[in-house]
Amino acid sequence: MAITNYLVLAMILFALGTTTVLLRRNAIIAFMGIEVMLNATNLALVTFARIHGDLTGQVLAFFVMVVAAAEVVVGLAIIVTIFRSRRTASVDDANRLAG
Amino acid sequence: MFGASLAPWVIVVPLLSATLLLLAGRRADRWGHWLAVAASGACLLGGAVMVTGMWRADPAARQALVSWPTSGVAWISAGDLRVPLELRVDQLSVTFVLLVTFVGFLIHLYSVSYMAHDPDRRRFFAYLNLFVAAMLLLVLSDSFVLLFVGWEGVGLASYLLIGFWDRVPANATAGKKAFVMNRIGDMGLLAAMALLFAQGHGLGFGPVLAGASGLGEGTATAVGLCLLLAACGKSAQVPLQAWLGDAMAGPTPVSALIHAATMVTAGVYLVVRSHAIFEAAPAAQLVVAIVGAITLLYGAVVGCAKDDIKKTLAASTMSQIGYMMLAAGLGPIGYAFAIFHLVTHGFFKAGLFLGAGSVMHAMGDSTDMRRFGGLSRLLPVTYVTMGLGWLAILGIPPLSGFWSKDRIIEAAFTGVGLRPWVFGLAALLGAGVTAFYMTRLFFMTFLGRRRFDDDVHPAEGSWLMRLPMIILAAGSVALGWLLTLGGGITGWLAPVLGEPQHQEPVIAAPALLAATLTLVLLGGLLAWWRYLRSAVPVEAPPGNLAVRAARADLYQDNFNETLVAVPGRWLTRGLVRSERGVDGAFGGLGRGVAGAGERLRRVQNGYVRTYAATAIGGLLVLTAIVLSLIGRG
Repeated sequence: MAITNYLVLAMILFALGTTTVLLRRNAIIAFMGIEVMLNATNLALVTFARIHGDLTGQVLAFFVMVVAAAEVVVGLAIIVTIFRSRRTASVDDANRLAG
Repeated sequence: MFGASLAPWVIVVPLLSATLLLLAGRRADRWGHWLAVAASGACLLGGAVMVTGMWRADPAARQALVSWPTSGVAWISAGDLRVPLELRVDQLSVTFVLLVTFVGFLIHLYSVSYMAHDPDRRRFFAYLNLFVAAMLLLVLSDSFVLLFVGWEGVGLASYLLIGFWDRVPANATAGKKAFVMNRIGDMGLLAAMALLFAQGHGLGFGPVLAGASGLGEGTATAVGLCLLLAACGKSAQVPLQAWLGDAMAGPTPVSALIHAATMVTAGVYLVVRSHAIFEAAPAAQLVVAIVGAITLLYGAVVGCAKDDIKKTLAASTMSQIGYMMLAAGLGPIGYAFAIFHLVTHGFFKAGLFLGAGSVMHAMGDSTDMRRFGGLSRLLPVTYVTMGLGWLAILGIPPLSGFWSKDRIIEAAFTGVGLRPWVFGLAALLGAGVTAFYMTRLFFMTFLGRRRFDDDVHPAEGSWLMRLPMIILAAGSVALGWLLTLGGGITGWLAPVLGEPQHQEPVIAAPALLAATLTLVLLGGLLAWWRYLRSAVPVEAPPGNLAVRAARADLYQDNFNETLVAVPGRWLTRGLVRSERGVDGAFGGLGRGVAGAGERLRRVQNGYVRTYAATAIGGLLVLTAIVLSLIGRG
């Protein structure tokens, strides 16, 4: 199996994640979309590391995971707080920061 | 030190009294005027101590500088400019101090009775004290800056007192007119100070006047003309003369003190004090003399046609100050005579004004001389005191006006070429016209048929009003002669103004004296013919062109209106229009930016998904650019 297939898979996953973020109103689902995008990026990084025989990409993937974990904690906390105060998890309802 | 250290106190005491009276409000209504009189009396005492001390001191030690709080402390310190608070006590300034405090004290006394029924008497006295303080600061200061403070102070007091009865709009307008016209003169003083400061001698009188001969003639002329402009504003000289007639809207004691005896002579003081500058600039000095000559005739002509007793006296003041200016412009020969005439004029004109006040007091505040007549029996004290003032201003020997005015006429006739004839004849003619209008005033008021209504019962005021008039009348009689005793005022002032070198006039002095007296007599006879021998109509006759012009102050207001006010308004309107243009440009720019912002604001719609789409769109665009660049490279 050609190694480029991993890249194609990464692209498909990234596109799916993006679409999810752009189209879904539920904050949890949009958040999942972001996670999918991050994992797609990780997959691409690992694949490139394999192609070039270089560990830099794999190390970078670890960093992304750490940052993603932290981001999940913060993001979920925000979503839960918004849900508590507004009884909704729709991202379109939290539009009070309009200019 | 001959009591020179009293100098700051004669300024501080009336200033404190004025402050107290203004702050105390209605609580001080019952005793406020006596406090003001006491403050003014204290000033007179201080002035007298200084003068006698100076008189007794060794002639070489008669000048002193008094620094406050101590010497070496600067009041204003900015870069090269250092102005200490220093007062100059010398023969010239104490002469003024004595004049201001003496006449001021008498007028304070007079006002106690004159203003007795005015609900705002306390405020009036506060302003009078403020005036005395500012005037003393003006004459005692040792630098142009400190003089300017006093200069503005007397201007303020003058403004407040002209418009004292400001419930009548005309009075308030008169005050404003005086204030605005004085501002024009003040600009001259400021410009003169700036020019002098640029010469690097600072602004103290000592260094500036000592370095005056080192000024280039151009600079000296410019400074001299600026100082003259200031003097014209303060002393109501042509071309800034228009305010003095209207200033008569103020209470009469004010007219006597400020607009006759003291403040309006400040211009003469300024010119005489800075005589070193004018000596370095013969052209400016000549202009001073020309202004004086024009004003003395101008005032005299206006005085001939006025039926308002105070306005006649105001015109006469203008004319007499014209004499002083003329003398000050004649050079070293005239300075002392200018001050001499200033002092004697201060006495007889203040006396005349107080007499006019007494007449008005008796006639229910009427000032129309055509409705007076025959008051000599009813107001005997006013009649005699004003009569003495009248003879003094005419220059009848041996009254005070004779001694001072005759010397100015004599000095005006000295020199070479056309000059003595022009100035001399102007002064001589002025004396004749003065005799006409002053005699007219006197006859119309006190002699002839009674022309007032039957329900007016004129009576003299209280002794508080009579006493100052009597003292001033005594001064009008004796002061001129007293000031010529033992070297006289000329010798007294010589250390400050320089020794006047005697020059022979182009006409022999006795002939001049005879000519002056003849003209005075002729003027008086003409007035007698017109206003005593023939009946005075109660309604003013229409008069010929010249009379109508003089009644309208020789159209000074029309002149100012057309030449200054109308172009000024045009300029303002033009500026308003051009400002609209500038405003429009910048306003448009502002509105454009605001509109653009308004449109950009809509991008920030608060929807997270829109932001995400924008971010991804941007990412795609960037990727496309990067890829295309790689593809080409």
